[in-house]
Amino acid sequence: MSQSLDRDLVLTVNGIAYPVSVDHGRNLLSVLRTEVGLTGTKEGCDDCECGACMVLLDGQPVNSCSYLAAQAVGREITTVEGMVRDGELHPIQRNLLEEGGVQCGFCTPGMIMSATALLARTPDPTDEDIRIGLSGNLCRCTGYAKIIAAVRRTAADLRGE
Amino acid sequence: MLIASTLDDALAAVAAGARPIAGGSDLVVGARHGKAPLPASLVAIDRIAELQTVTETADGGLVLGAGVSHHVIETHPVITGHFSGLADASALVGSPSTRHVGTIGGNVMNGSPAMDTGAPLVVLGATVELRSTTGTRTVSIGDLWTGPGRTAAAPDELCVAVHLPAPPPRSGSAYVRLEYRRAMEIAVVGAAAAVTLDADGDVASISVALSAVAPTILAVSGLTGLAGRSVADVAAAAAEAAAEQARPISDLRASDRYRRHTVGVMARRAVEAAARRAAGETIAVPVNRALGIGAVAATPGAPS
Repeated sequence: MSQSLDRDLVLTVNGIAYPVSVDHGRNLLSVLRTEVGLTGTKEGCDDCECGACMVLLDGQPVNSCSYLAAQAVGREITTVEGMVRDGELHPIQRNLLEEGGVQCGFCTPGMIMSATALLARTPDPTDEDIRIGLSGNLCRCTGYAKIIAAVRRTAADLRGE
Repeated sequence: MLIASTLDDALAAVAAGARPIAGGSDLVVGARHGKAPLPASLVAIDRIAELQTVTETADGGLVLGAGVSHHVIETHPVITGHFSGLADASALVGSPSTRHVGTIGGNVMNGSPAMDTGAPLVVLGATVELRSTTGTRTVSIGDLWTGPGRTAAAPDELCVAVHLPAPPPRSGSAYVRLEYRRAMEIAVVGAAAAVTLDADGDVASISVALSAVAPTILAVSGLTGLAGRSVADVAAAAAEAAAEQARPISDLRASDRYRRHTVGVMARRAVEAAARRAAGETIAVPVNRALGIGAVAATPGAPS
Protein backbone atom coordinates (compact mmCIF):
# COMPACT_ATOMS: atom_id res chain seq x y z
CA MET A 1 0.00 0.00 0.00
CA SER A 2 1.30 3.43 -0.88
CA GLN A 3 1.38 5.76 2.11
CA SER A 4 0.62 9.46 2.05
CA LEU A 5 2.56 11.11 4.86
CA ASP A 6 1.71 14.33 6.65
CA ARG A 7 3.81 15.92 9.39
CA ASP A 8 3.26 13.06 11.84
CA LEU A 9 5.76 10.26 11.34
CA VAL A 10 6.91 7.30 13.37
CA LEU A 11 10.62 6.53 13.14
CA THR A 12 12.04 3.27 14.47
CA VAL A 13 15.45 4.01 15.97
CA ASN A 14 17.50 1.28 17.63
CA GLY A 15 14.34 -0.83 17.90
CA ILE A 16 12.25 1.87 19.60
CA ALA A 17 9.35 3.65 17.85
CA TYR A 18 9.52 7.45 18.13
CA PRO A 19 6.52 9.54 17.00
CA VAL A 20 7.68 12.91 15.62
CA SER A 21 5.98 15.84 13.91
CA VAL A 22 8.17 17.46 11.24
CA ASP A 23 8.08 19.19 7.84
CA HIS A 24 8.52 16.81 4.94
CA GLY A 25 11.79 18.46 3.93
CA ARG A 26 13.54 17.78 7.25
CA ASN A 27 16.66 15.68 7.02
CA LEU A 28 16.99 12.57 9.13
CA LEU A 29 20.04 13.92 10.99
CA SER A 30 18.24 16.95 12.41
CA VAL A 31 15.21 14.87 13.39
CA LEU A 32 17.39 12.32 15.18
CA ARG A 33 19.26 15.03 17.07
CA THR A 34 16.51 17.51 17.92
CA GLU A 35 13.23 15.53 17.88
CA VAL A 36 14.29 12.03 18.88
CA GLY A 37 16.99 13.44 21.17
CA LEU A 38 19.84 11.14 20.16
CA THR A 39 22.88 13.36 19.66
CA GLY A 40 25.50 10.67 19.07
CA THR A 41 25.11 11.17 15.31
CA LYS A 42 27.07 14.29 14.32
CA GLU A 43 26.71 17.03 11.74
CA GLY A 44 30.01 17.76 10.00
CA CYS A 45 29.92 19.02 6.43
CA ASP A 46 26.15 18.71 5.76
CA ASP A 47 27.15 17.75 2.21
CA CYS A 48 27.62 13.96 2.13
CA GLU A 49 31.38 14.43 2.21
CA CYS A 50 32.53 13.70 5.76
CA GLY A 51 30.42 10.80 7.05
CA ALA A 52 30.03 12.13 10.62
CA CYS A 53 26.26 11.75 10.17
CA MET A 54 26.40 8.10 9.05
CA VAL A 55 23.56 5.87 10.33
CA LEU A 56 22.35 2.47 9.21
CA LEU A 57 19.04 2.15 7.40
CA ASP A 58 17.96 -1.49 7.29
CA GLY A 59 21.63 -2.28 7.87
CA GLN A 60 23.03 -0.16 5.02
CA PRO A 61 25.09 3.00 5.59
CA VAL A 62 23.32 6.28 4.81
CA ASN A 63 24.44 9.91 5.20
CA SER A 64 21.60 11.13 7.42
CA CYS A 65 22.37 14.79 6.63
CA SER A 66 21.15 14.31 3.09
CA TYR A 67 18.36 11.79 3.59
CA LEU A 68 14.79 12.85 4.25
CA ALA A 69 13.38 11.70 7.58
CA ALA A 70 10.06 10.84 5.92
CA GLN A 71 11.81 8.31 3.66
CA ALA A 72 12.99 6.42 6.75
CA VAL A 73 9.44 5.63 7.89
CA GLY A 74 8.97 1.86 8.17
CA ARG A 75 12.71 1.21 8.06
CA GLU A 76 15.02 0.22 10.91
CA ILE A 77 17.36 3.08 11.79
CA THR A 78 20.48 2.25 13.79
CA THR A 79 22.59 4.96 15.40
CA VAL A 80 25.71 4.75 17.53
CA GLU A 81 23.50 4.68 20.65
CA GLY A 82 22.17 1.34 19.43
CA MET A 83 25.59 -0.32 19.47
CA VAL A 84 25.88 -0.77 23.24
CA ARG A 85 24.26 -4.01 24.46
CA ASP A 86 23.47 -4.60 28.15
CA GLY A 87 25.81 -1.81 29.14
CA GLU A 88 28.73 -3.38 27.25
CA LEU A 89 30.51 -1.57 24.44
CA HIS A 90 30.33 -3.25 21.05
CA PRO A 91 33.70 -4.76 20.04
CA ILE A 92 34.22 -2.01 17.42
CA GLN A 93 33.78 0.64 20.13
CA ARG A 94 36.11 -1.14 22.55
CA ASN A 95 38.74 -1.73 19.87
CA LEU A 96 38.66 1.88 18.68
CA LEU A 97 39.47 2.92 22.25
CA GLU A 98 42.12 0.26 22.82
CA GLU A 99 43.86 0.83 19.46
CA GLY A 100 43.90 4.62 19.90
CA GLY A 101 41.49 5.12 17.01
CA VAL A 102 39.69 7.95 18.83
CA GLN A 103 41.17 11.39 19.37
CA CYS A 104 38.68 14.26 19.21
CA GLY A 105 35.94 11.68 18.65
CA PHE A 106 33.76 13.69 16.30
CA CYS A 107 34.08 11.23 13.40
CA THR A 108 33.87 8.16 15.65
CA PRO A 109 30.08 7.52 15.57
CA GLY A 110 30.10 7.62 11.76
CA MET A 111 33.19 5.41 11.57
CA ILE A 112 31.45 2.89 13.84
CA MET A 113 28.37 2.75 11.62
CA SER A 114 30.36 2.37 8.39
CA ALA A 115 32.56 -0.30 9.98
CA THR A 116 29.48 -2.17 11.22
CA ALA A 117 27.94 -2.22 7.74
CA LEU A 118 31.25 -3.35 6.24
CA LEU A 119 31.76 -6.21 8.70
CA ALA A 120 28.16 -7.41 8.26
CA ARG A 121 28.75 -7.99 4.54
CA THR A 122 32.51 -8.72 4.64
CA PRO A 123 33.38 -10.63 7.84
CA ASP A 124 37.03 -11.16 6.80
CA PRO A 125 38.01 -7.90 5.09
CA THR A 126 41.38 -7.08 3.57
CA ASP A 127 42.91 -3.72 4.48
CA GLU A 128 41.77 -2.51 1.05
CA ASP A 129 38.20 -3.62 1.85
CA ILE A 130 38.40 -1.65 5.12
CA ARG A 131 39.70 1.44 3.32
CA ILE A 132 36.87 1.25 0.80
CA GLY A 133 34.31 0.57 3.56
CA LEU A 134 35.44 3.68 5.45
CA SER A 135 35.99 5.81 2.33
CA GLY A 136 32.95 7.97 3.06
CA ASN A 137 34.26 8.94 6.52
CA LEU A 138 36.84 11.64 7.18
CA CYS A 139 39.02 11.77 10.30
CA ARG A 140 41.21 14.83 10.87
CA CYS A 141 43.06 13.50 13.92
CA THR A 142 44.21 9.93 13.77
CA GLY A 143 45.68 9.48 10.30
CA TYR A 144 43.37 6.46 9.90
CA ALA A 145 45.95 3.75 10.60
CA LYS A 146 44.66 3.08 14.11
CA ILE A 147 41.04 3.12 12.96
CA ILE A 148 41.88 0.52 10.31
CA ALA A 149 43.69 -1.54 12.95
CA ALA A 150 40.60 -1.38 15.18
CA VAL A 151 38.34 -2.58 12.38
CA ARG A 152 40.77 -5.40 11.53
CA ARG A 153 40.83 -6.49 15.19
CA THR A 154 37.04 -6.27 15.44
CA ALA A 155 36.64 -8.49 12.40
CA ALA A 156 38.80 -11.12 14.11
CA ASP A 157 36.87 -10.72 17.39
CA LEU A 158 33.52 -11.14 15.65
CA ARG A 159 34.79 -14.24 13.84
CA GLY A 160 35.69 -15.62 17.27
CA GLU A 161 39.45 -15.66 16.68
CA MET B 1 5.17 13.06 0.63
CA LEU B 2 3.75 9.96 -0.98
CA ILE B 3 5.68 6.75 -0.40
CA ALA B 4 4.63 4.80 -3.48
CA SER B 5 4.47 1.02 -3.35
CA THR B 6 3.31 0.57 -6.95
CA LEU B 7 4.43 2.08 -10.23
CA ASP B 8 0.86 3.13 -11.06
CA ASP B 9 0.65 5.16 -7.85
CA ALA B 10 4.01 6.76 -8.61
CA LEU B 11 3.04 7.62 -12.20
CA ALA B 12 -0.24 9.18 -11.01
CA ALA B 13 1.67 11.30 -8.50
CA VAL B 14 4.23 12.39 -11.12
CA ALA B 15 1.38 13.28 -13.51
CA ALA B 16 -0.10 15.43 -10.73
CA GLY B 17 3.19 17.33 -10.43
CA ALA B 18 5.14 15.43 -7.76
CA ARG B 19 8.88 15.09 -8.21
CA PRO B 20 10.22 11.53 -7.92
CA ILE B 21 12.85 10.87 -5.25
CA ALA B 22 14.81 7.66 -4.70
CA GLY B 23 17.88 8.09 -2.49
CA GLY B 24 17.79 11.88 -2.71
CA SER B 25 21.56 12.11 -3.15
CA ASP B 26 21.19 14.77 -5.86
CA LEU B 27 17.85 16.34 -4.88
CA VAL B 28 18.39 16.71 -1.13
CA VAL B 29 22.06 17.69 -1.32
CA GLY B 30 21.17 20.25 -4.02
CA ALA B 31 18.35 21.68 -1.92
CA ARG B 32 20.53 21.95 1.19
CA HIS B 33 23.07 23.91 -0.83
CA GLY B 34 20.54 26.28 -2.30
CA LYS B 35 20.90 24.93 -5.85
CA ALA B 36 17.13 24.43 -6.12
CA PRO B 37 14.55 24.32 -3.33
CA LEU B 38 13.19 20.92 -2.41
CA PRO B 39 10.01 20.45 -4.49
CA ALA B 40 6.81 20.98 -2.48
CA SER B 41 5.40 17.68 -3.67
CA LEU B 42 7.52 14.53 -3.63
CA VAL B 43 6.85 10.89 -4.42
CA ALA B 44 9.29 8.35 -3.00
CA ILE B 45 9.92 5.62 -5.57
CA ASP B 46 12.50 3.59 -3.66
CA ARG B 47 10.03 0.95 -2.43
CA ILE B 48 8.56 -0.06 -5.79
CA ALA B 49 9.64 -3.66 -6.25
CA GLU B 50 9.54 -3.68 -10.06
CA LEU B 51 12.01 -0.77 -10.23
CA GLN B 52 14.59 -2.74 -8.20
CA THR B 53 15.09 -5.69 -10.51
CA VAL B 54 17.96 -6.69 -12.79
CA THR B 55 16.57 -8.91 -15.56
CA GLU B 56 18.54 -10.84 -18.17
CA THR B 57 16.70 -11.02 -21.48
CA ALA B 58 16.55 -14.21 -23.57
CA ASP B 59 19.05 -12.83 -26.11
CA GLY B 60 21.67 -11.86 -23.51
CA GLY B 61 20.65 -8.26 -22.95
CA LEU B 62 19.87 -6.68 -19.61
CA VAL B 63 17.06 -4.59 -18.17
CA LEU B 64 17.99 -2.51 -15.14
CA GLY B 65 15.07 -1.15 -13.14
CA ALA B 66 15.54 2.58 -12.57
CA GLY B 67 15.83 2.00 -8.83
CA VAL B 68 18.77 -0.40 -9.08
CA SER B 69 21.55 1.01 -6.91
CA HIS B 70 25.20 1.55 -7.78
CA HIS B 71 26.00 -1.03 -5.10
CA VAL B 72 23.98 -3.68 -6.93
CA ILE B 73 25.58 -2.72 -10.25
CA GLU B 74 29.16 -2.86 -8.93
CA THR B 75 28.60 -6.33 -7.38
CA HIS B 76 26.20 -8.05 -9.82
CA PRO B 77 28.12 -10.90 -11.52
CA VAL B 78 26.40 -10.48 -14.90
CA ILE B 79 27.12 -6.74 -14.94
CA THR B 80 30.72 -7.02 -13.75
CA GLY B 81 31.24 -9.87 -16.24
CA HIS B 82 29.49 -8.70 -19.40
CA PHE B 83 28.75 -4.99 -18.94
CA SER B 84 31.99 -4.25 -17.08
CA GLY B 85 32.28 -0.61 -18.13
CA LEU B 86 29.05 0.19 -16.32
CA ALA B 87 30.23 -1.66 -13.20
CA ASP B 88 33.55 0.27 -13.38
CA ALA B 89 31.55 3.50 -13.26
CA SER B 90 29.14 2.60 -10.46
CA ALA B 91 32.05 1.34 -8.33
CA LEU B 92 33.62 4.83 -8.49
CA VAL B 93 30.53 6.78 -7.44
CA GLY B 94 30.81 8.55 -4.06
CA SER B 95 31.26 6.25 -1.07
CA PRO B 96 29.57 3.02 0.08
CA SER B 97 26.62 5.05 1.43
CA THR B 98 26.23 6.99 -1.84
CA ARG B 99 26.34 3.73 -3.77
CA HIS B 100 23.59 2.24 -1.58
CA VAL B 101 21.14 5.15 -1.98
CA GLY B 102 22.15 6.31 -5.48
CA THR B 103 20.33 4.68 -8.41
CA ILE B 104 20.95 4.24 -12.13
CA GLY B 105 17.66 6.02 -12.92
CA GLY B 106 18.58 8.95 -10.72
CA ASN B 107 22.06 9.21 -12.19
CA VAL B 108 20.72 9.17 -15.76
CA MET B 109 17.85 11.60 -15.18
CA ASN B 110 19.96 14.06 -13.15
CA GLY B 111 21.86 14.57 -16.40
CA SER B 112 25.15 15.81 -15.00
CA PRO B 113 27.82 16.07 -17.72
CA ALA B 114 30.27 14.63 -15.17
CA MET B 115 28.12 11.59 -14.30
CA ASP B 116 30.10 8.36 -14.24
CA THR B 117 27.52 5.91 -15.62
CA GLY B 118 26.68 8.02 -18.68
CA ALA B 119 29.71 7.30 -20.89
CA PRO B 120 29.56 3.51 -20.39
CA LEU B 121 25.82 3.51 -21.07
CA VAL B 122 26.49 5.32 -24.37
CA VAL B 123 29.16 2.86 -25.55
CA LEU B 124 27.01 -0.10 -24.47
CA GLY B 125 24.15 1.22 -26.64
CA ALA B 126 21.65 1.76 -23.79
CA THR B 127 18.08 2.92 -24.23
CA VAL B 128 15.97 4.47 -21.49
CA GLU B 129 12.35 3.51 -20.89
CA LEU B 130 10.18 6.51 -20.00
CA ARG B 131 6.67 5.91 -18.76
CA SER B 132 3.69 8.12 -17.96
CA THR B 133 0.05 7.42 -17.16
CA THR B 134 -0.64 7.62 -20.90
CA GLY B 135 2.09 5.39 -22.33
CA THR B 136 5.65 4.18 -22.60
CA ARG B 137 8.43 5.15 -24.99
CA THR B 138 12.09 4.32 -25.29
CA VAL B 139 14.76 6.88 -26.01
CA SER B 140 18.33 6.19 -27.03
CA ILE B 141 20.58 7.31 -24.19
CA GLY B 142 22.41 9.74 -26.46
CA ASP B 143 19.13 11.49 -27.27
CA LEU B 144 18.04 11.73 -23.65
CA TRP B 145 20.39 14.48 -22.48
CA THR B 146 19.66 17.89 -23.96
CA GLY B 147 21.99 19.98 -21.76
CA PRO B 148 23.51 20.04 -18.28
CA GLY B 149 20.79 18.76 -15.93
CA ARG B 150 18.24 18.65 -18.75
CA THR B 151 16.61 15.67 -20.46
CA ALA B 152 14.13 15.01 -23.25
CA ALA B 153 11.67 13.51 -20.74
CA ALA B 154 8.32 15.26 -20.39
CA PRO B 155 7.39 16.48 -16.90
CA ASP B 156 4.92 13.60 -16.45
CA GLU B 157 7.39 10.91 -17.55
CA LEU B 158 9.26 8.70 -15.11
CA CYS B 159 12.37 6.77 -16.07
CA VAL B 160 11.43 3.18 -15.21
CA ALA B 161 14.28 1.18 -16.73
CA VAL B 162 17.57 1.24 -18.62
CA HIS B 163 17.89 -1.40 -21.36
CA LEU B 164 21.25 -2.76 -22.49
CA PRO B 165 21.52 -4.89 -25.65
CA ALA B 166 23.51 -8.12 -25.57
CA PRO B 167 27.21 -7.40 -26.00
CA PRO B 168 28.67 -9.03 -29.16
CA PRO B 169 30.99 -12.05 -28.82
CA ARG B 170 34.67 -11.12 -28.26
CA SER B 171 33.70 -7.71 -26.91
CA GLY B 172 34.58 -5.85 -23.74
CA SER B 173 33.99 -2.47 -22.15
CA ALA B 174 35.70 -0.26 -19.59
CA TYR B 175 35.32 3.14 -17.94
CA VAL B 176 38.26 5.07 -16.54
CA ARG B 177 38.19 8.36 -14.69
CA LEU B 178 40.74 10.99 -13.84
CA GLU B 179 40.32 11.79 -10.17
CA TYR B 180 42.30 13.62 -7.50
CA ARG B 181 41.21 11.37 -4.63
CA ARG B 182 39.92 7.84 -4.37
CA ALA B 183 36.46 8.45 -2.85
CA MET B 184 33.70 11.07 -2.78
CA GLU B 185 35.08 12.32 -6.08
CA ILE B 186 33.48 13.74 -9.20
CA ALA B 187 35.14 12.99 -12.54
CA VAL B 188 37.73 15.57 -13.59
CA VAL B 189 37.31 13.81 -16.95
CA GLY B 190 36.30 10.25 -17.81
CA ALA B 191 36.16 7.96 -20.81
CA ALA B 192 34.37 4.73 -21.64
CA ALA B 193 35.13 2.35 -24.48
CA ALA B 194 33.50 -0.73 -25.95
CA VAL B 195 35.70 -2.84 -28.20
CA THR B 196 34.94 -5.92 -30.30
CA LEU B 197 37.90 -7.92 -31.59
CA ASP B 198 38.09 -9.94 -34.80
CA ALA B 199 39.57 -13.43 -35.10
CA ASP B 200 43.08 -11.97 -35.55
CA GLY B 201 42.86 -9.91 -32.36
CA ASP B 202 42.48 -6.66 -34.28
CA VAL B 203 39.63 -4.25 -33.66
CA ALA B 204 36.34 -5.13 -35.39
CA SER B 205 34.37 -2.27 -33.84
CA ILE B 206 35.05 0.56 -31.41
CA SER B 207 32.92 3.04 -29.52
CA VAL B 208 34.14 5.75 -27.14
CA ALA B 209 32.26 8.29 -25.00
CA LEU B 210 33.53 11.00 -22.66
CA SER B 211 32.47 12.52 -19.31
CA ALA B 212 32.97 16.08 -18.07
CA VAL B 213 34.26 17.59 -21.34
CA ALA B 214 31.02 18.93 -22.87
CA PRO B 215 27.53 20.10 -21.77
CA THR B 216 26.41 16.45 -21.98
CA ILE B 217 28.14 13.06 -22.20
CA LEU B 218 29.97 13.18 -25.56
CA ALA B 219 30.03 10.26 -28.02
CA VAL B 220 33.27 10.39 -30.01
CA SER B 221 32.50 10.33 -33.74
CA GLY B 222 34.51 9.22 -36.75
CA LEU B 223 35.89 5.99 -35.30
CA THR B 224 34.19 3.52 -37.67
CA GLY B 225 37.04 3.77 -40.19
CA LEU B 226 39.41 2.23 -37.62
CA ALA B 227 37.99 -1.30 -38.02
CA GLY B 228 40.64 -3.85 -38.93
CA ARG B 229 43.52 -2.00 -37.26
CA SER B 230 45.48 -3.09 -34.20
CA VAL B 231 44.38 -2.27 -30.66
CA ALA B 232 47.40 0.00 -30.20
CA ASP B 233 46.62 1.96 -33.38
CA VAL B 234 42.94 2.28 -32.46
CA ALA B 235 43.74 3.37 -28.90
CA ALA B 236 46.06 6.10 -30.20
CA ALA B 237 43.54 7.27 -32.81
CA ALA B 238 40.68 7.26 -30.28
CA ALA B 239 42.80 9.33 -27.87
CA GLU B 240 43.50 11.89 -30.57
CA ALA B 241 39.84 12.06 -31.62
CA ALA B 242 38.70 12.40 -27.98
CA ALA B 243 41.05 15.32 -27.30
CA GLU B 244 40.06 16.97 -30.57
CA GLN B 245 36.30 16.65 -30.10
CA ALA B 246 36.21 17.56 -26.38
CA ARG B 247 34.67 20.95 -25.59
CA PRO B 248 35.72 21.33 -21.96
CA ILE B 249 35.26 24.26 -19.63
CA SER B 250 37.67 25.56 -17.01
CA ASP B 251 36.41 25.33 -13.44
CA LEU B 252 37.74 24.76 -9.95
CA ARG B 253 38.63 21.14 -10.72
CA ALA B 254 40.63 21.64 -13.93
CA SER B 255 41.43 24.00 -16.78
CA ASP B 256 40.02 23.38 -20.25
CA ARG B 257 43.54 22.63 -21.59
CA TYR B 258 44.21 20.08 -18.88
CA ARG B 259 40.86 18.38 -19.48
CA ARG B 260 41.43 18.26 -23.25
CA HIS B 261 44.81 16.61 -22.79
CA THR B 262 43.82 14.16 -20.06
CA VAL B 263 40.58 13.02 -21.68
CA GLY B 264 42.69 11.69 -24.54
CA VAL B 265 44.81 9.76 -22.04
CA MET B 266 41.68 8.35 -20.39
CA ALA B 267 40.26 7.37 -23.79
CA ARG B 268 43.44 5.48 -24.70
CA ARG B 269 43.41 3.63 -21.36
CA ALA B 270 39.70 2.82 -21.70
CA VAL B 271 40.25 1.34 -25.18
CA GLU B 272 43.23 -0.70 -23.97
CA ALA B 273 41.34 -2.06 -20.95
CA ALA B 274 38.20 -2.82 -22.98
CA ALA B 275 40.32 -4.67 -25.56
CA ARG B 276 41.99 -6.77 -22.86
CA ARG B 277 38.57 -7.71 -21.52
CA ALA B 278 37.38 -8.45 -25.06
CA ALA B 279 40.33 -10.85 -25.41
CA GLY B 280 39.09 -12.73 -22.36
CA GLU B 281 41.25 -11.23 -19.63
CA THR B 282 39.54 -10.60 -16.29
CA ILE B 283 40.31 -7.10 -14.99
CA ALA B 284 38.61 -6.52 -11.65
CA VAL B 285 36.02 -3.74 -11.30
CA PRO B 286 36.77 -0.86 -11.17
CA VAL B 287 39.52 -0.63 -13.80
CA ASN B 288 40.76 2.52 -12.03
CA ARG B 289 41.81 0.47 -8.99
CA ALA B 290 42.92 -2.68 -10.83
CA LEU B 291 45.26 -0.76 -13.17
CA GLY B 292 46.29 2.02 -10.80
CA ILE B 293 44.59 4.71 -12.88
CA GLY B 294 43.62 7.89 -11.06
CA ALA B 295 44.39 8.60 -7.44
CA VAL B 296 46.75 6.02 -5.95
CA ALA B 297 46.42 4.43 -2.54
CA ALA B 298 48.52 5.71 0.32
CA THR B 299 51.24 3.28 1.36
CA PRO B 300 49.70 1.13 4.10
CA GLY B 301 50.84 2.37 7.48
CA ALA B 302 52.18 5.65 6.14
CA PRO B 303 50.80 8.92 7.49
CA SER B 304 48.01 10.16 5.22
